[in-house]
Amino acid sequence: MRLPVYTAALTGLMATPALAADLELSLEIPRLTVAEYHRPYVAVWIENPDKTAVKTLAVWYDVKLKNNEGQKWLKDMRQWWRRAGRDMTLPADGISAATRAPGKHQVVFKPGALPAGQYNLVVEAAREVGGVEVLRAPFQWPPKARATSSVKGSSELGAMSVTVKP
Amino acid sequence: MISLRRGALAAASLVALLAVPVAANAHRQWMLPSATVLSGNDPWITVDAAVSNDLFYFDHNPMRLDGIAVIAPDGSKGEIKNGATGKYRSTFDVQLAQPGTYKITNVGDGLMASYKQNGETKRWRGTEAELATAIPKDATDVKLTQSQRRLEIFATRGSPTKEALKITGKGLELEPVTHPNDLVASEAATFKLMLDGKPAAGVEVEVVPGGNRYRSGTGEMKLTTDAQGAFTVKWPGAGMYWLEAGVRGGKASIPNAERNASYVTTLEVLPD
Repeated sequence: MRLPVYTAALTGLMATPALAADLELSLEIPRLTVAEYHRPYVAVWIENPDKTAVKTLAVWYDVKLKNNEGQKWLKDMRQWWRRAGRDMTLPADGISAATRAPGKHQVVFKPGALPAGQYNLVVEAAREVGGVEVLRAPFQWPPKARATSSVKGSSELGAMSVTVKP
Repeated sequence: MISLRRGALAAASLVALLAVPVAANAHRQWMLPSATVLSGNDPWITVDAAVSNDLFYFDHNPMRLDGIAVIAPDGSKGEIKNGATGKYRSTFDVQLAQPGTYKITNVGDGLMASYKQNGETKRWRGTEAELATAIPKDATDVKLTQSQRRLEIFATRGSPTKEALKITGKGLELEPVTHPNDLVASEAATFKLMLDGKPAAGVEVEVVPGGNRYRSGTGEMKLTTDAQGAFTVKWPGAGMYWLEAGVRGGKASIPNAERNASYVTTLEVLPD
């Protein structure tokens, strides 16, 4: 048991803090009582304070539909589509994933090397026969200490928080 | 009388001459795409094409489809599918087979003549090729008008591209500064009007939001192009907008003719 712990600690020491640091997203997809419910498409990306996109971290959509038909609706996540999505090739490894059910979700990202500074983590949700909502939570990168920022959605998204850890 | 009128025209500034809209009271021609920003591997758009006063309602005449052309993102010629013409509107589909920006155009270049023969005023309408044989040799008071009109819409699959946006250098055209499929309500958009490929300065541009059946005012905006032919639109909100500009009374490419040139497009402005 000791050896793996020792190895992990050593790896942590050797890696640059920015590359090793975590960005943890806690996101609630609200349970909606509607006649026709479809899980929302969700895009998660990092943006600069001027709203230019830095990096897309996740896109949850109907990845398993035949002929990539789920991609037809990616443009409904309008802000993400305009700022990042339309320039990407999907599906993309480590980014594309299936839609998620209502409930609380924890996802840990490794944003990797980013120029030091202030960023937003942006989440945009678009639901078939439903609406669109965008939430932004600020964070500092690379993190010097554990820090959390929280926002709350009002329609398509519930509580969202972003925690960065060195 | 005629020489007096000519003198008055000459005295007027060129800017004033150019600023007269082509047919201020004419019905509006328009094409309305079902979407302009698309994703996925096989998106299609369907387009309504009609002539009416109110935007975008079908209540007057359908647009004829024989002048419609499709320019694919790589500059090649595309095609319309499922074209149909009804009482009040035409419809057609375009498959966006390539990634990038498509341009769909309806371009007309016609000639009108009025002349006197044996004291009787006659009118003729046709093409440049027919002109040589159309006007009788004993005709007097021949007045030739060249009428160039261009309607365009744009739709983009994936990233907006520029190849299909290239202007032809003939008539009045829009040269985008802001890409026409990259419009959002919070950002002003700038375009240039070009006449025969050169900046068209001092031209009045009318921008009308759709949906006027459900409000009292027309909501139209009047803008004027600057010395570079540029104008900037600040959108009052998201929606479909009809844009028209016209240049009247300029020199035509045909000898002894006056030229009227018009440009019309429909632009979709998305919410943020």
